[in-house]
Amino acid sequence: MRILATLLVKEFKQIFRNRLMLPIIFVVPVVQMILLTYAASLEMKGINMAVVDQDYSQASRLLVSRFEASPFFEINLSTGSYQEAENELTSDHVDVILHMQHDFELKLYSEKETDLQLVVNAINATEAGLINAYCTQIIADFNGQVRARWFGLEGSGLLISLDIIPKYWYNPLLDFKIYMFSGILVIIVTLIGMLLTALNLVREKEMGTTEQINVTPIRKYQFIMAKLIPFMIIALFELAFGLVIGRLLFGLPIVGSLGLLFLFTCVYLLTVLGIGLFLSTISNTQQQLMYMAFFFMLTFILMSGVFTPAESMPQWAQKLNLLNPVAYFMKVIRMILLKGSEFRDISREFYSLCIYATLILTLAITNYRKTS
Amino acid sequence: MEVREHIIEVKDMVKKYGSFTANDHLSFHVERGEIFGFLGANGAGKTTAMRILCGLSYPTSGEIRVAGHDVYRERERIKRKIGYMSQKFSLYEDLTVSENIHLYAGIYGLGRKQIVVREEQLLERLGLAHVRNRLIREIPLGWKQKLAFSVAIFHQPAIVFLDEPTGGVDPITRRQFWEMIHDATEEGITVFVTTHYMDEAEYCDRVSIMVDGRIDALDTPAALKQQYESVNMNEVFLKLARS
Amino acid sequence: MKRFFGFVKKEFQHIFRDKRTLLILFGLPIVMIILFGFVVSTEIRDVKVGIWDRSMDQASIRATQKIFSSGYFVPAGYIDHEEEIGELFRSGKARVVVVFEEGFERNLLREDRAAINLIADASDANTAQLSLTYLQGVLMTYFQSMNQDVEVPWSVNMKSRMFYNEEMKGVYMFIPGLMALILVLISALMTSVTIAREKEFGTMELLLASPLKPREIILGKVTPYVLLSFVNAMTIVLLGFLVFDVPVRGSLWLLMLICMLYITLALSLGVLISTNVKTQQMAMFISLLGLMLPSILLSGFIFPIENMPKVLQWFSAIMPPRWFIVIVKNIMLKGTGFAFIWKETLILLGMTIFFILAAVKRFKIRLN
Repeated sequence: MRILATLLVKEFKQIFRNRLMLPIIFVVPVVQMILLTYAASLEMKGINMAVVDQDYSQASRLLVSRFEASPFFEINLSTGSYQEAENELTSDHVDVILHMQHDFELKLYSEKETDLQLVVNAINATEAGLINAYCTQIIADFNGQVRARWFGLEGSGLLISLDIIPKYWYNPLLDFKIYMFSGILVIIVTLIGMLLTALNLVREKEMGTTEQINVTPIRKYQFIMAKLIPFMIIALFELAFGLVIGRLLFGLPIVGSLGLLFLFTCVYLLTVLGIGLFLSTISNTQQQLMYMAFFFMLTFILMSGVFTPAESMPQWAQKLNLLNPVAYFMKVIRMILLKGSEFRDISREFYSLCIYATLILTLAITNYRKTS
Repeated sequence: MEVREHIIEVKDMVKKYGSFTANDHLSFHVERGEIFGFLGANGAGKTTAMRILCGLSYPTSGEIRVAGHDVYRERERIKRKIGYMSQKFSLYEDLTVSENIHLYAGIYGLGRKQIVVREEQLLERLGLAHVRNRLIREIPLGWKQKLAFSVAIFHQPAIVFLDEPTGGVDPITRRQFWEMIHDATEEGITVFVTTHYMDEAEYCDRVSIMVDGRIDALDTPAALKQQYESVNMNEVFLKLARS
Repeated sequence: MKRFFGFVKKEFQHIFRDKRTLLILFGLPIVMIILFGFVVSTEIRDVKVGIWDRSMDQASIRATQKIFSSGYFVPAGYIDHEEEIGELFRSGKARVVVVFEEGFERNLLREDRAAINLIADASDANTAQLSLTYLQGVLMTYFQSMNQDVEVPWSVNMKSRMFYNEEMKGVYMFIPGLMALILVLISALMTSVTIAREKEFGTMELLLASPLKPREIILGKVTPYVLLSFVNAMTIVLLGFLVFDVPVRGSLWLLMLICMLYITLALSLGVLISTNVKTQQMAMFISLLGLMLPSILLSGFIFPIENMPKVLQWFSAIMPPRWFIVIVKNIMLKGTGFAFIWKETLILLGMTIFFILAAVKRFKIRLN
């Protein structure tokens, strides 16, 4: 115990003596949290629409007025030239073109149905899908209620109608920021914990100071623990710090138990710091480590469902996610903070990470070589 | 001549890196309390051999005992009884003089009070009391090396291994450094030192000279000079290297 | 000149000796393409839906079947108490619960209108909104089709055309951003760290004392990375084409030229960073935070710029990847020519010149 304490004193002194550390611990996360949370929004603002009404009839104008009335669409351009509208689409000024040909109304009366052309810029497929869905709704609505009113079918019992009432629990105002924020908090805690721990050990290796440690009777687990504990404390502090910022700046709800969250975070940190230490035992230079850590972090984070729910990923990715500690934490932090999930709701994730942490730490300790 | 205990005993030690043989069947012993010089050109295999004795590297084969313990099975026991100072690194640059002393003393399990008392004595003797709170990176190389040596023997080990301890320092500091080594032997510490400064070999009780992974000569400096009909160790070395 | 080539050769050997780093260098674009192509999509799929059917009649059962045959939703079981909704959400077993009111079919037939409640776990607001939008679409279409029996005079048929991306593949959106990301990573991060390493270990002094001119040293250091970056950029284009049929509709030459311009820009940024730092760690953190994050977040790679607050939109205007992504989208996906991208190209060119000048100036100050 005394040896571990001696080593811990050394680590803390070195960490706080490093001039890079304080900005990394305090400034960088704040900037990231604010910047990222505002930038990383998938929220759709107004969809820019160009209307090419070559008919300019009563029917076409009525349809356009339906789009005008929708909160989702903003009509930026009304023109008779399709080419002009397509140019605007190509230069990204509009997202969608609504095109009605000159026989729009004529066909409606003579053939009982008429075509409406919708041209969507689909480079962003999700946005395109959403635009298409909104348009479908408006057209269906137009087909149903508008014509019903015209022909006096309403209330005649001939047409049925459905009231669909959407309700949003936990977040009735659909504030996108709190979801992003909790995800970003995970990224920061992970990044700081894993990268700093791993870099620290490899730096000692590269500088040759581990040599001196290796000729002493220090046990491997003591040395690894001394590397792990300080950064674990820093990462836990980072979480607390982040929660305060989230609460003050973004009104982050903390529905569940903070004790449970911190307990889970401890197990999580043991796992990711263990991975960091393992990576550092297999690299010789900081450069090597950086690329490896960078590669794993990026893959872990992208697969964790930071932007999109992990359940929507293909099966093989979900299987791979069993090995991805970030995915567990990403899910659990949101469950506890936003929905107030309890221990029994997250017990599977908790025990999985316990096993994971034990395995990876054992691997890191056995793989650390005092003798080459 | 009095028979002294063999504190290091090496028989047929071999270390291979792939097809390259760094140590080719080395056999020698070191007696308790002596200064044993391990000489040779760069790349002759000195550091490799020393790293094996310290438990930093596995030998390929051979029988090796250090301070009464086997290097294959009892490395951690050995580590309690030795001190080590390397050419590359000795102290943490971003810790102060005092913090380095406390760190290493703490690692060997010395009590806090004991550390404080001995630290005081040590800094007094080295004349470094005024820089105790300065970072290592801020003090001159000569001071660093003296301090590194003192830290390496702070826990009073049976043997101290010194890997080219005087590299890059001026002749006066080197002289003072060797006086410190002598003082250590007075306290009963055995010194195992590698160097390529041949004049330093004169300070050793016995020296071995390595060439291409083998020990070509091993005796007291006086005997070697006589055997090779040389006025100093430098000449001995050159004659050995040319043959 | 011969001396210079000797130096470049040494730098190449240095990079190629470390097999693991090399593997990551060439593996990274492949893994990223696969991740963005298959995994990181902002579409929804297999959303778990719980059903609270309080009437259990023909209409509600058929509506339920419709929901699960749409392809977006998977069943998460039936419940019959209000409290169970919370339990489903808290344990993550369901994201949406559909509630059919009591006497659903009766209301539909007798009163011509009935109500369905859709309750979403909106802790993930985006998925919640998308799910409910899609659910509404499915239900609306189904009940509209019941109206088909009624003789109505006419209807408008909507025909959608998905421009540039007929099959609506998510990966189209990510390819240009991925190129920007990988190029910045290799060109700027790696060069700045490599040069910082030479400084940290004192070997830079050695090089500067050699007969090589400072300009040759820097050029020698960056040349291998120019090639590596270029190969990687082309790997992305090729993989995108082979695996996901992402086309290069415009001129491939123009695309390559723009890539070279962007690589030059990133390299000069890397050199600029390295002249300002003392340690590898510092170089890495500056590159990561100053370059990587903005190229992921403020460049329109994943998140559309027009959705950001105004301040961030201004910020994004000074981010090189933003302009690069616009250009690549135009050349690759829209097939437009230089006429549509000259403005963005000019901006990149200006930035490149600025960074080169700044790096050269810093380097000279260092030497004096």
